[in-house]
Amino acid sequence: MSDLLKMTATEARNSLLKKEISSVELLNAYQNAMENTKALNNYVTLTLDTAKQMAVNADKAYAQGSAGPLAGLPIGVKDLFCTKDIETTACSAILKGFLPSYESTVTSNIWHSGGVMLGKLNCDEFAMGSSNETSIFGPAVNPWSKIDGIDLSPGGSSGGSASSVAAGSALMSLGTDTGGSIRQPAAFCGVVGLKPTYGRCSRWGIVAFASSLDQAGPFTRTVEDSALIFSVMAGHDPKDSTSASLGYTNFSEAVKSSIEGIRVGIPAEYNVDGMDIEISDLWKKGRAWLEQAGAKIVDINLPHTKYALPCYYIIAPAEASSNLARYDGIRYGKRIEAETLDAMYEATRADGFGEEVQRRILIGTYALSAGYYDAYYLKAQQVRRLIKEDFERAFNDVDAILTPTTPTPAFPLGAEVSDPITMYLNDVFTVPANLAGLPGISVPAGFSNQGLPLGLQLLAPPFEEGRLFSVANAIEKQAEFLFAPARAAGDLQ
Amino acid sequence: MSVDKNVVKKISRLARIHVSEEKSELLSTDLGNILNWIEQLEEVNTDGVEPLTGVNEHALAWRYDAVTDGEITDEVLKNAPEKAGEFFVVPKVIE
Repeated sequence: MSDLLKMTATEARNSLLKKEISSVELLNAYQNAMENTKALNNYVTLTLDTAKQMAVNADKAYAQGSAGPLAGLPIGVKDLFCTKDIETTACSAILKGFLPSYESTVTSNIWHSGGVMLGKLNCDEFAMGSSNETSIFGPAVNPWSKIDGIDLSPGGSSGGSASSVAAGSALMSLGTDTGGSIRQPAAFCGVVGLKPTYGRCSRWGIVAFASSLDQAGPFTRTVEDSALIFSVMAGHDPKDSTSASLGYTNFSEAVKSSIEGIRVGIPAEYNVDGMDIEISDLWKKGRAWLEQAGAKIVDINLPHTKYALPCYYIIAPAEASSNLARYDGIRYGKRIEAETLDAMYEATRADGFGEEVQRRILIGTYALSAGYYDAYYLKAQQVRRLIKEDFERAFNDVDAILTPTTPTPAFPLGAEVSDPITMYLNDVFTVPANLAGLPGISVPAGFSNQGLPLGLQLLAPPFEEGRLFSVANAIEKQAEFLFAPARAAGDLQ
Repeated sequence: MSVDKNVVKKISRLARIHVSEEKSELLSTDLGNILNWIEQLEEVNTDGVEPLTGVNEHALAWRYDAVTDGEITDEVLKNAPEKAGEFFVVPKVIE
């Protein structure tokens, strides 16, 4: 059975096609793994019956030769995607018990391709956080070893999505990334995390946080698997006005492409104060690996990098304050009764939203309020353009950019939760891609002195995910990352 | 930028989130720290820079102004905390 867990999605797919294994067998292996790794608190809702039905259908499809590209592959879903008639909470008290009457476009695409839904995965409340600690269900736990007996954070906001793939309790999973919520947890858990170009995957049916920044993306064990599932997730959707009008692309071909002659930029400004030495060493190694693979390394400048985080912490909360106005205790979700309508709103929202969510709504409300709009919101939007223009200039000279994914490895749960700004600094390398709408991928590439996984991030111009896969594959090949989380469901290497 | 308790009261009122006396103390420190840190944006010269609202600056696609669904009252009401017949129930708003 543990051999089933060792397979990558691509390997499992090939074995299913050859009828060496069945979808039901594969599902059973994963459901056992989910049971064995319960302590990691990755799943907030299990969909056992749905999964069984989907696996049976996948086996039928294989027998008839009509199996879709993901048929029979067990997949976990961040609890931010609306799933029809299956509780969707955004890990917030205010949405407890919410049963969507519709299915998000991205999850629909996955099920239409034959994917098997394991359940809903833990995340920070409304995707606001970098440690999974703002979840109403308590934090998911990183399956890599503990430090001094304390559990490690899987990162966030898509903590359960990263942790489940690392622990072998999901073959692949879905997450969302507004400021780094896929790439940072992927780096912390030693898995591959892709944030696609803004507009590549439909946002329809995903609980909104910051609409100009949110993107859905996959977590996988390999770059090849990332291309497999991303090909299915992506695509135009008339129900999302910001969705790009691009047809189907099979990205699996791009993974194997040579990177001979590709120009990779190293941005000087990403050498930030306080970056761990082991991270800067890994960055140098990544540079050398790409050179060996035939890439040309170019030193570049992204002068406004330093301002990306403060810019983000105006724009994202401003959009959140507007998006989260819908939680009013009337149409869905929690309601605290009160005498007047306003008192009901205020009591419901004070009770239903957690501390970090309230903090961000208040910051956003402040930045958008009369008298402060120009000084904060407008200023942040202007800086956002300068950040985007930095990248446009850089991409005149390079085809991709290599950076570390995070300034540190995974930290113990509870270590950063008391200081919001320290927590925000986790996203220093990931936020710029969201502000500029660029695709980014985090690839596991090495280890800290304490044996924790570290990731390297690649960025590319809009809609060049194919190029990201080629370069990421080159890093993956040379890094020979030893995938062995101590608390995984079994030996996964 | 310091955010005093009155400012916290004002914005929590705008955001329709009840904030207790005790909590507004904590929030004024928290929000003040965050806004101070954000104020480094003032160092950036943005004279003449057009604000960027979203990265998709192309024109939005057109569609017909047509009804594409409807007759789903039950689904719309399904998650309501309180309903009566075909309606959401809200606290009394008119005296």
